[in-house]
This record gives sequence, structure tokens and C-alpha cells, in this order.
Amino acid sequence: MTAIHDLDYGTPASESTTLVTLTIDGIPVTVPAGTSLMRAAQMAGIAVPKLCATDSLKAFGSCRLCLVQVEGRKGFPASCTTPAEQGLQVVTQNSKLAQLRRGVMELYISDHPLDCLTCSANGDCELQDMAGAVGLREVRYGFDGANHLKAEKDTSNPYFTFDASKCIVCSRCVRACEEVQGTYALTIDGRGFDSKVSPGQMEPFMASECVSCGACVQACPTATLMENSVIEAGTPEREVVTTCAYCGVGCAFTAELRGAEVVRMTPYKDGKANHGHSCVKGRFAWGYATHPDRITKPMIRKRITDPWKEVSWEEAIGYAAAEFKRLQAQYGRSSVGAISSSRCTNEETYLMQKLVRTAFGNNNIDTCARVCHSPTGYGLKQTLGESAGTQDFDSVRHTDVMFVIGANPTDGHPVFASQMKRRLREGAKLIVADPRQIDLVRSPHVEASYHLKLRPGTNVALINSLAHVIVTEGLVAEQFVAERCDVESFRQWREFVARAENSPEALEDVTGVPAAEMRGAARLYATGGNGAIYYGLGVTEHSQGSTMVMGIANLAMATGNIGREGVGVNPLRGQNNVQGSCDMGSFPHELPGYRHVLEDSTRALFEGTWGVTLESEPGLRIPNMFDAALEGSFKGLYLEGEDIAQSDPNTQHVTAALEAMECIVVQDLFLNETAKFAHVFLPGSSFLEKDGTFTNAERRISRVRKVMPPVGGKADWEITVDLAVALGYPMAYSHPSEIMDEIARLTPTFTGVSYDRIDELGSIQWPCNAEHPAGTPVMHEQTFVRGKGRFMLTQYVATEERVNQRYPLILTTGRILSQYNVGAQTRRTENVQWHEEDRLEIHPHDAEERGIKEGDWVGIVSRAGETTLRARITDRVQPGVVYTTFHHPESGANVITTENSDWATNCPEYKVTAVQVMPVFGASEWQSRFRKFTEEQLALLDQAGAEAQG
Amino acid sequence: MNTEHLVQMANQIAQYYAVFPDHAEALDGVATHLRRFWEPRMRAAMYAHLDQHRGQGLHPLALEALTSRAEQLRPAAPAAKP
Repeated sequence: MTAIHDLDYGTPASESTTLVTLTIDGIPVTVPAGTSLMRAAQMAGIAVPKLCATDSLKAFGSCRLCLVQVEGRKGFPASCTTPAEQGLQVVTQNSKLAQLRRGVMELYISDHPLDCLTCSANGDCELQDMAGAVGLREVRYGFDGANHLKAEKDTSNPYFTFDASKCIVCSRCVRACEEVQGTYALTIDGRGFDSKVSPGQMEPFMASECVSCGACVQACPTATLMENSVIEAGTPEREVVTTCAYCGVGCAFTAELRGAEVVRMTPYKDGKANHGHSCVKGRFAWGYATHPDRITKPMIRKRITDPWKEVSWEEAIGYAAAEFKRLQAQYGRSSVGAISSSRCTNEETYLMQKLVRTAFGNNNIDTCARVCHSPTGYGLKQTLGESAGTQDFDSVRHTDVMFVIGANPTDGHPVFASQMKRRLREGAKLIVADPRQIDLVRSPHVEASYHLKLRPGTNVALINSLAHVIVTEGLVAEQFVAERCDVESFRQWREFVARAENSPEALEDVTGVPAAEMRGAARLYATGGNGAIYYGLGVTEHSQGSTMVMGIANLAMATGNIGREGVGVNPLRGQNNVQGSCDMGSFPHELPGYRHVLEDSTRALFEGTWGVTLESEPGLRIPNMFDAALEGSFKGLYLEGEDIAQSDPNTQHVTAALEAMECIVVQDLFLNETAKFAHVFLPGSSFLEKDGTFTNAERRISRVRKVMPPVGGKADWEITVDLAVALGYPMAYSHPSEIMDEIARLTPTFTGVSYDRIDELGSIQWPCNAEHPAGTPVMHEQTFVRGKGRFMLTQYVATEERVNQRYPLILTTGRILSQYNVGAQTRRTENVQWHEEDRLEIHPHDAEERGIKEGDWVGIVSRAGETTLRARITDRVQPGVVYTTFHHPESGANVITTENSDWATNCPEYKVTAVQVMPVFGASEWQSRFRKFTEEQLALLDQAGAEAQG
Repeated sequence: MNTEHLVQMANQIAQYYAVFPDHAEALDGVATHLRRFWEPRMRAAMYAHLDQHRGQGLHPLALEALTSRAEQLRPAAPAAKP
């Protein structure tokens, strides 16, 4: 069911720019050509009865309820499938139509339970509405004939119930699965009276290919597919439009509530990133917000071996401030710092860096983008002039060749993946460069033209090979390059990539990709029409992550695939606000708007507003903080929303650094892994509990709106304000909108942004300023932000993380659809049913060689550490490569990963770790220590609760 | 700071710029990168390594950048107390 107050136009909007005028029930209405009569009628305020039609799906014309009459035409055409034409005169209501519709409804109702009063959809059921709309008063057939009223319920899915007895076989769920989601998990089995909705091969939903995106539930007009939360709590009463806090797609949702209780999250139809679609995380996995593990009281302790003590907000903030002051007095101004998170709002990350720069008086602020997309910021700034992707998501509708590198959109960015798949089904070509066979390589009605199955760590060799083909086969967009790019840098780059050493043939042994495939892919990207590159952490999380980003930008410029719809360089950001946290000055060398702290004029601008003298030296990046802590010069850390003890590489190095510090302040929802090393815990607020904005992967700034009160009593921005004040730096904001106003005053690309303007436009893609008052969907249209596009040389340098006899396999890591990042949120939802543990994917050959069988426990040893996981044997990975996810802390995936990092940004090389894998019979030493430490820390937490109650 | 780690990082930077055909540009690239992205105590540790061990293990380009651009890169003084 759609959100309770959504107006459904029945069929999708026409994109035609030609207008036609017709008359419906005597009312003239002007609509784009191609608009259905049903939609045109609704636009004129006339609701034509319907059941199989909904505006998220193409017209189907099966229910026969929307029949109308058109003057001069025979019969009763279905208004959903009949396009509006100039001069048509349409009648939607008369006695004949009413008679026909009542006849249709009689048939439906004769095979439908009449339990409306106790039905979960009572008051929110289209069948019920239509019975009223057509004036149904009797069912002449009776209810004793053959029917489906005893059909069994499928309750296998934890989030929704399929009650087949209520199904009217309108096919909306089947079509939603196909058209909206693109999974094709549902079909109609049988014919005529025997027709029934079939997940997979008449399997339960959980056993089928269903990915629980919720599109079918949303499309269902009855209670057949119904959210369990609505079945349990009842129909929602009010709604608040907000933005999802999971991945970088930034889907808009309608939070539907009863009182202060969220009953349902429904994807917002007018959301410009998701257009009414969702995935299993945003749609259903929001229960963590009220999970009993939430910590709702501030706590302090002197040592991490002490029990936690619940205290007032004033005491906790005062203690944290006093400790930071003590440390700075004792060890120097640069001995403390902070780490913010891409899970925070723009306003929160802005305040965090402001606190560090003003109250701490240094630049030791970093964000978790350090460990994911910092190379994107660096590489795109160097080449194009701006640290951001070039397109909006809708640009993909005009793409002819999609080149997906090191990204797994169906798992990491599922709602955008559905858009990609739709375009691929329309005929766009696909190239995938990935060591692993991601779902996109081959899925229903989608097949990659090329899957460049490269060896992990050889991205730059791959991009140079592709560039070599483009340069040496005369495929360069010479006019574009001459007009738009820096000539000298292009000359150097052309000479460099044209060298024989960069040919696909020369690099075949390095990349593992056959030269012919490489050449074919390069030709397709360069000549196949609009070419768009989409990339993820498989590009950035390498020792040459920044080089690869620059290589991608080079390729786009050389082929003229930049500066218009359908093309571009598109980083798929992992978390919800990676782009925003970077925009907000969360890196230790940059103030908001990507302006370096070395620039006197920039510092002067901020000093004028903030009223302090700013440090001109860059601060420590996250890995540098760890090194400085172990060296003894970095003693205090304030973290908001970031769990470095689980997410950062070489866990044992991280925890040693945490143990070496004297004051760690964690502001979070749960006692996460890092909080187990903390001295102060400040209860944070989930996205449902505060106001703010997120900026998604397409630079789209969207509102986060408070849906319920913060369970800890304060929104995160208020906590940071309190801490700054306690540190002696006054911050006087009464609402996050005032923080955004300050950001807009200080940041040239944000000058047109305000909460009022976002409310007016729905969302805004920066730059938004006098030049672009409504935002900028596509960047670099006329010129590059830096003026001329700059080609950068991209010499391939093999990673120092080499395989050898001792560590013969390469481990690469990734994420899965149902879980999110460190899993702190999704592990506290029913999503664990899809992924209750991290497993190690290993190729059958490597498994057989080691005597490993499916489900066996295996030890994974690297130069950094050792852990154990259960094996999953699959040819999705190539021989010599193993793969795992990192969603469960006890898995210790990052115990194995090393501190190798990108040369420019220190982004860790998560994607390449040399390992050995062998069968084992027990937990690793680290896992045993982890379990013991966790038990101890949970006991210390329990003591806090017990003391408070006593 | 962990000198071994810093040397590795400096060498990676040098390896990136080593392909630049103009040597002066490559030197500038390394030096500018260190100046813009390395916190003073990291640069100080690098110079301590240079002073005490003649920059042992450093890529020639990194070594040259650090020695020829010391005025730009060597931190003036330890981090200030509040």
C-alpha cells in the first residue's frame, strides 16, 4: 500500500513536451501528449475507479474498472491504457459505466473475505474504496462458489505477510517486482480462476529470489501484501517526509506514525533520488532506533576497566571538557582531536569540525570518508576541479554504455541499481570491472557485454590499458579535449598511455584480463554513445586509489564523456552522507567547501565569523592519529557516529591506539566496539530523532526531519554545542537551520541553500548559488570547475601487499544487501535473517586444494592478524581470491586487513590483503580475546544500569 | 611517529610523481603534497629520520624533495601549547 496520503494518478507521468487539451466530464484539461485518460482525469480532479493501475507502474488494463466512454468511439476503453489526444471528449461517469463497474466489483468481492472490520487494511484498502466508489450494494453470485478464501498465508518474510486469500490477482506486485525493482522474483502461476501470485517457483517469499525491497507491498491495493508493523500496530495516522540514513542513494521516505511510534517507512514518490522506490534496509530495517540496546543515559568512567556510571548530561559534558582541557594543558594543543561520521547530518559534521578548529584550536578533525572515498575527493579535485560526482542519478536514463568499476550496486546502492537495470533492459550496454561476479554481471534481462575480471590491486593497470586503446586506436574526442582540457597535460598523458608498456597485451599478465576483452571494452566505452562510469570502494580502497580516480577522470575527458546528461564520473558513495561530511570541512586539511587551511584568505573568512585565530597547519588524519597515539603525542579523541574499532583496518593496531589514549568520548546509539574503550559515553540520536540534512552521492541535499523525540534527550547537534560551550567556545544555535544558514554564508557552493529553499524545491543539488539558484544536476557543462580539465599521469605501481608462499591468496572485502557497514543498525533488526554471520567466499579449486568443504570453519591469516569464518564455496570469486563482508564484529575481518593505504589520502587498502586460508577447529586467539573483552565490557555496562536503579 | 610507516608513505608519494617527465614538477609535487597533507609532527619525524639516519630507505625523489625543500617543509617549532 502506498503512504496513506499519497495521491495516486494511476499511470506514470508522460515526459512529452507536447501538450494536448481534451475535455473530461465537461472539464477542459491540458496534459502532455501520451498521458493516459486516467491520469488526465486525476489531474482535473476526477478520480476514475481503478484496481490494477498505480502510477509507479505502466498501464496494464486488466481490471476493467477504469472503463470510460469517448465521444465518437465505440465501446468502453480502459482509461489507463488510452492516451489523451487533442480534442477528445471523455465521460467517466454515467449509468452504463456504473453498471459495468459494479459488475466487475461483484466478481472481485465474491471471492474476497468480508472481514473488513478486522482487516489490517481497513480504512486504507483500495478494494474497499472501490466498492464504495462504484456503489456496490449486493453480490448476486453469493459467496458459496469456488473461491480462494482458505488460501494459506505466507509469513516467511519477517517484514510483511502475504495473505493469498485477499489477492485480487491485479498483478501490481508482479509488475512492481519487474518494472520497479527488476528482480523478477514474482510471477502469476496458472490461468483464469487458478491464477495466483508465485514467489519463485511457488515458494515462500524467503525461499525465492525476493530481495524484500517492499515494492510489491507498496503496490498491493489490498491487505494481501501487508507490512507486519501495520498488522501489529494498526494503520498510521500521520506522516513526516524525511531521508533514509543508510546508503549514499539518499532515498526520501515518508515516516508514517501513530503518535510517536513509527509504524511504516514508505518510499516517497516525489523523492528525486529514489522516485518512490526503496530497499530492504530503508524500507524495513529501522527498528534499531528503538532497540533495547540503545543507551539513553550519559555515562563516564575513569579507566576502561571501571564500571560505567550513569550521570547527568551536565556532568558528562563537564567531565569530557575538563579531560580535554587537562590533556591539552599537559600534552599540547595538538594532543586531542575528533572523528565525525558520514552517518551524521551536514549540520553535525559542520559543528564537529568547528568545535575542533575553534575550541580545540587545531585541525585534528577527520571523518570516516577517510577510509572510503577520500581518494574521490582528491582525484576529482585534481582533474576536474571539484571533489564530487558529476551527475544526478536520473542521468542514467540517457546513458548508452554503463561502465561499473569496483562497485556492487545491487547490494550497496540497490535503489539506484534498479534504475540502472531499467536502463539496461531498455538496451544500454554494460561493462563491469570487478574481480568478483557481482549480480549485475548477469541477472534477469541484464547481461554485461564485458566482465573484466581483474586481479585485485591492478585497477590502474586496467585503466591505463583502456586508455592505451583509446589513444592508439584514434578514439579520443579530439575536439572536446582541445576545447575543454589543458593541452599540455593531455599531451603528456597521451604520450604516457600510448607507451607499449601500457598496452592491454603488455599488462594482460598483470591484470589477468585478456587483451581482446580489454580492447573490446575500451572501444565500446569510447564509441557506444553516452558513456557513464560508476565506481565504488573497489576503486578507492587501494594503495593507488587516488591514481585510479584520476585515471577514470582522464578516460571520461579523453572520450568527451563529461558535461552533459547520460555521461560522467559517478562515485557511488557508501554511506548516507559521505559527500556531505566531506563538503562540511571534515578533513584535517580543508575548511568547508574544500578550501585548504593553508589559504590565508579562507582562514580569514572563517576567523571573521567564528571569532578565533585558526591553525594554518593541516591536522592528523585517522591513521596518523593512531600512530601519534601510540607514539604518545595524541591523547584524547571525540567520536560521533563512527566505530573505528570495527571499521578501520588492522584492528589490533586501532585498539592499541585507543588503549594508549587517556580520554575517549563516544557519542553513539549503542555501546559499539570503540565505546568499549571509551571513558565518556554520550547517547546519540538516530535519524528519526533530529532535524538536519544529508547530501547524497549526486550532491543532493535533502532534509532529515525529526519524527520522534531523541531517546537520550538531546539531538546530536545539541550535544556538540554543549561540549563546545563547556570547552569555552560559545555556540548559539536554536535549530539546525541556523547552522545551515552559517554554512551558506561561508561556502560559495552553498550560498543559495536554506531549509526554506530545500522545502520549496524538495531537495537541492549543490552548487546552489546566484549562478545556479535551483542547484546543479550536471556539473562541468560549459567549463570544468578548475577551468580546463587536467589530465594526470597514472603510472601503475604494484601494491606492497604481495602474495607469496606463506600468504598465497588475496582477500578482498565488501558488503551485502541486507547489512550496512559495521552492522550496528542492521544487526539489530530482522535483517540478520538474511545474513546472520560473515562468511568467507572461496573458489572451489582453492577450497579443494585445502580440504575445505561448504560451511567449514577456516582460519584466515594475514601479515596483520588471524581470524576464523565459515567457508562458502563459490565460483563468484576467481581462483586465488577470497572475499568476505565485515558486518559482524566477532568476524574480525579487519583483524586481517593491513595499514597499507592510498598514497595521497591514507585511505586503507581494504581490497587487497595477502592471506592463507586453512581449515581450523576453534576460534582465533584474537576472537577468544575479543569475546572475553566484550563480556567484561558488557558486565561493566550492566553495573551502570544496576547502580542507577539501586 | 612510526618512522617506518612515514618512510613507506613518503615513498608512495614519490613513486606517484616519479613518472612526471619534468623533474622540477615532480619535486614540487612531492613537496607540495607533504606540505598540504602531512601534519607538522609527521614532517618533523621525517626530518628527524633525515638528520639521524640520512633518510635511510627513502625513495630518491622523496629524499631530494625533503632536502631541497626543507625551508618549506621542516616545521618551525613543536606544536604550540595552548
